[in-house]
Amino acid sequence: MKEFKFDTLVIGGGSAGMAAALEVSRRGFTVAVAERENSMGGILNQCIHNGFGLHHFKEELSGPAYAEKFIDMVETSNIEVFIDMTVMDIEETGDLKYAYGLSKLTGMIKFCVKTVVFANGCRERNRGSIGTPGTRPSGVFTAGLAQRLVNMEGYIPGKECVIVGSGDIGLIMARRMTWVGAKVKAVIEIQSYPAGLTRNIVQCLNDFDIPLYLSHVVGEIHGKDRVESIDVIPLKKGIEQKDKTFNIKCDSLLLAVGLVPDNELIQKIGISINPETNGPIVDRQLMTAKNGIFACGNVLHVHDLVDFVTEESERCGRYVSNYLDKKIPAEQFRSIPGQNVKYLVPNYYSPINENKFYLRTMVVKNRAELIVKVNDKEILRKKLKHIQPSEMISFSIPGGTVDCISECRDNTLEVHIV
Amino acid sequence: MKEKIFDIAIIGAGVVGASIARKLSSYNLKIALLEKECDVSFGVSKANSGIIHGGFHHGSEYLKSKLEVQGNRMFDQLEQELHFPFRRCGIIVVAFSFEEMKTVEHLFMNGIANKVVGIEMCNRRRILALEPKLNTDVIGGLYAPAGGIIEPYRFVFSLVESALKNGVELFTEFKVVSAEKNDHAFKIFSESGAVVDSKWVVNASGLFADEISNIFKAEKFKITPRKGEEFLLDRNSAARTDHVIFPVPDSVSKGILVIPTVEGTTMLGPTAIPQDSKEDVSTSSLNLDMVFSSARKIVPSISQRDIITSFTGLRPALESGDFYIDISEKQAHFIQVAGIQSPGLTAVPAIAEYVKDLLKKDGLVLTEKSSYDPEIDKLPRMRTLHPEEADALIKTNPAFGEIVCRCESVSEAEIVAAVRHGHTTLDGIKFYTRAQMGRCQGGFCTDRIIKIIQRETGLSYEEITKRGKNSWLIKDRIGDLKVNSYRGIQ
Repeated sequence: MKEFKFDTLVIGGGSAGMAAALEVSRRGFTVAVAERENSMGGILNQCIHNGFGLHHFKEELSGPAYAEKFIDMVETSNIEVFIDMTVMDIEETGDLKYAYGLSKLTGMIKFCVKTVVFANGCRERNRGSIGTPGTRPSGVFTAGLAQRLVNMEGYIPGKECVIVGSGDIGLIMARRMTWVGAKVKAVIEIQSYPAGLTRNIVQCLNDFDIPLYLSHVVGEIHGKDRVESIDVIPLKKGIEQKDKTFNIKCDSLLLAVGLVPDNELIQKIGISINPETNGPIVDRQLMTAKNGIFACGNVLHVHDLVDFVTEESERCGRYVSNYLDKKIPAEQFRSIPGQNVKYLVPNYYSPINENKFYLRTMVVKNRAELIVKVNDKEILRKKLKHIQPSEMISFSIPGGTVDCISECRDNTLEVHIV
Repeated sequence: MKEKIFDIAIIGAGVVGASIARKLSSYNLKIALLEKECDVSFGVSKANSGIIHGGFHHGSEYLKSKLEVQGNRMFDQLEQELHFPFRRCGIIVVAFSFEEMKTVEHLFMNGIANKVVGIEMCNRRRILALEPKLNTDVIGGLYAPAGGIIEPYRFVFSLVESALKNGVELFTEFKVVSAEKNDHAFKIFSESGAVVDSKWVVNASGLFADEISNIFKAEKFKITPRKGEEFLLDRNSAARTDHVIFPVPDSVSKGILVIPTVEGTTMLGPTAIPQDSKEDVSTSSLNLDMVFSSARKIVPSISQRDIITSFTGLRPALESGDFYIDISEKQAHFIQVAGIQSPGLTAVPAIAEYVKDLLKKDGLVLTEKSSYDPEIDKLPRMRTLHPEEADALIKTNPAFGEIVCRCESVSEAEIVAAVRHGHTTLDGIKFYTRAQMGRCQGGFCTDRIIKIIQRETGLSYEEITKRGKNSWLIKDRIGDLKVNSYRGIQ
């Protein structure tokens, strides 16, 4: 078994992994990236539509074009990339970590590293996660799998389809399926408002006369061998109106019902998970409860935009470098979600440094306010024009703003939305 | 041309038919195994709970109790020969009231009467020490250390592989629709027009045993499908127990169980609802709440958050509640093996012996085959290997280094092996390798598996199915369909 020594092993060569690896490498440390597919870029490679990079590059790019910019930088750096490489396990001895990864090209490799960055993204929720009843025929695909079949392989997974979920992936796939000649008969959304961006509702549904059923759920899937039809049930104030059930004939069902961090290996090595995000609990440095093991991107929490993934991951790369430089981090206290907030990342803050937070709200509201409190004292108040659960909110607290740290209080930072 | 006449045709390549086929393959016999689906184990056997029962649920007056206890003891040797996932994790029955404790005592007496080894009554302290995740309201229960768990479909695949290795001929997509008898042999016709001639017929057709019996003009009886819905929880579920946990049974079923599957997930179920249809394996949202509230009474940390998938199996139940294994009195050389519901999986090794003895009694001449080899090759599983072993294996075959299914760590080599053993549908590969069976349910690997099937078999994409028949995946490529005009297409 071959052994390699690096300062950092980054698991995942998508947008998060490349951004983090580049930052660590820029600071002069040795970095390996383990990517399980046969090329870098991750899920961006199958997202051939536009809309990426408006924040980070100030221009509108397709997914592969966004990835390409980072791949070019990685290829001209000193980063060592291992493609087709699946990391199976990680062990720790003192400050050193041993990661075992395998590929058909190299066999099993033992990476001896000081730090590990989890940047291995997320996976799709599927039929089991939403518990759709009915038969179990062929023709039920997650939207991401359907996207890969169409965009990477050129296959059309059905002629008449219904899409479940109005998040951006569902909307983009509605348009994509129409463009290749399939009939998209409906998009079904359980919430009373669309989960995706307004521009996608217009450009992906309205422009193609695809009906959007808000406050509806799939009651049952029919068809013995292949999907033949589905029952759709309207909701009234969240309650199923079974007497108003109607049936839509279709040969395929695409599920765009959310994403979850791919936290398997993180959990396997004993790192605790935040049940609200399904990602690991991290401190201000984006370091997990295990020293020297960091996480960023969609494995930490699912982002809306790749630009935010890049921002977070570059920051993670800087924190990793600080750790490798043996910089001792300032004292940290807990940061927790308050009223109307589903989650907050990271889970700790430092009063003397700048703190960048991402959060998701639990409510839909116009003209909301975000309020940050420490020890009951208001630290920050920010006006928000429109908020909804599907849109991530970010804010920063400049270093030194928290001036009420007390030895007899717990100094927990609370974020409320009112 | 003289047509080949088989000595035995076994109808049904589920766990019962496969077991009988393998047992008989140790004798000098020509054996045909007939299956209506496109792969073996695609009927009742694939949606089985995978429990090797402890021999205490039924009294000694039942044939199934006798075969259950005998069968249970045969699994260690079978595992050594056939390498299917199996573990004697032990079975616990929990009681939450004094009335339930009385039933437990009755089960214990059953176990004693059935000569079960190691069975014991437990007080509250003992049962919580054995299984700390139990609801602390438990007052006591029963422990049967000889109980265990297996992967039922992998067991069938191994049985069939062993049977084929020893000369059995498998006919898939052979749905028996009619039969004739001339001189001393049956002529068995399939829906697609194929014919198999055989001197003896064994009816191991599960849910359809009554229909097959009618086709052969043998006994009339009725198989009533009893639906059982199961829920599968993620590998990381905190609720995973060490033992199979049973509640106290009622008159209809053994109740909702908590099953730590042999591959690391946790299964809850099954429900028990009689129905008419032998095809309807749909799941229902009503059962979810029932299963979870029952299971949570036993193990409170069970959470719906951990659900990966749910599925339904049908038990082929006879009114008598017992197995019906006998020489037909109405049709010569016809052996009935019907009503094999729980504990059928546990009993099958003994059922195979029992059927062999019946055939002998019915005049079949059995001479042992000198070339019989009970062992099949053991296929390495990447997920279970130590790094050094994995490295050595990849050096012998690089395809072991290509992880296709990330959730269950299944390598390309394992998928290729499945295809080469004849499992060329997505479900066949799933049950053989576990690829697509984990938390993403095939979201990441389905396209890669399609490519491997195409490469290994030469099938085109339109020919690849989920499980045969009309379960197609893809019919068209980009450019094949006419694109309608919309505002969004200029």
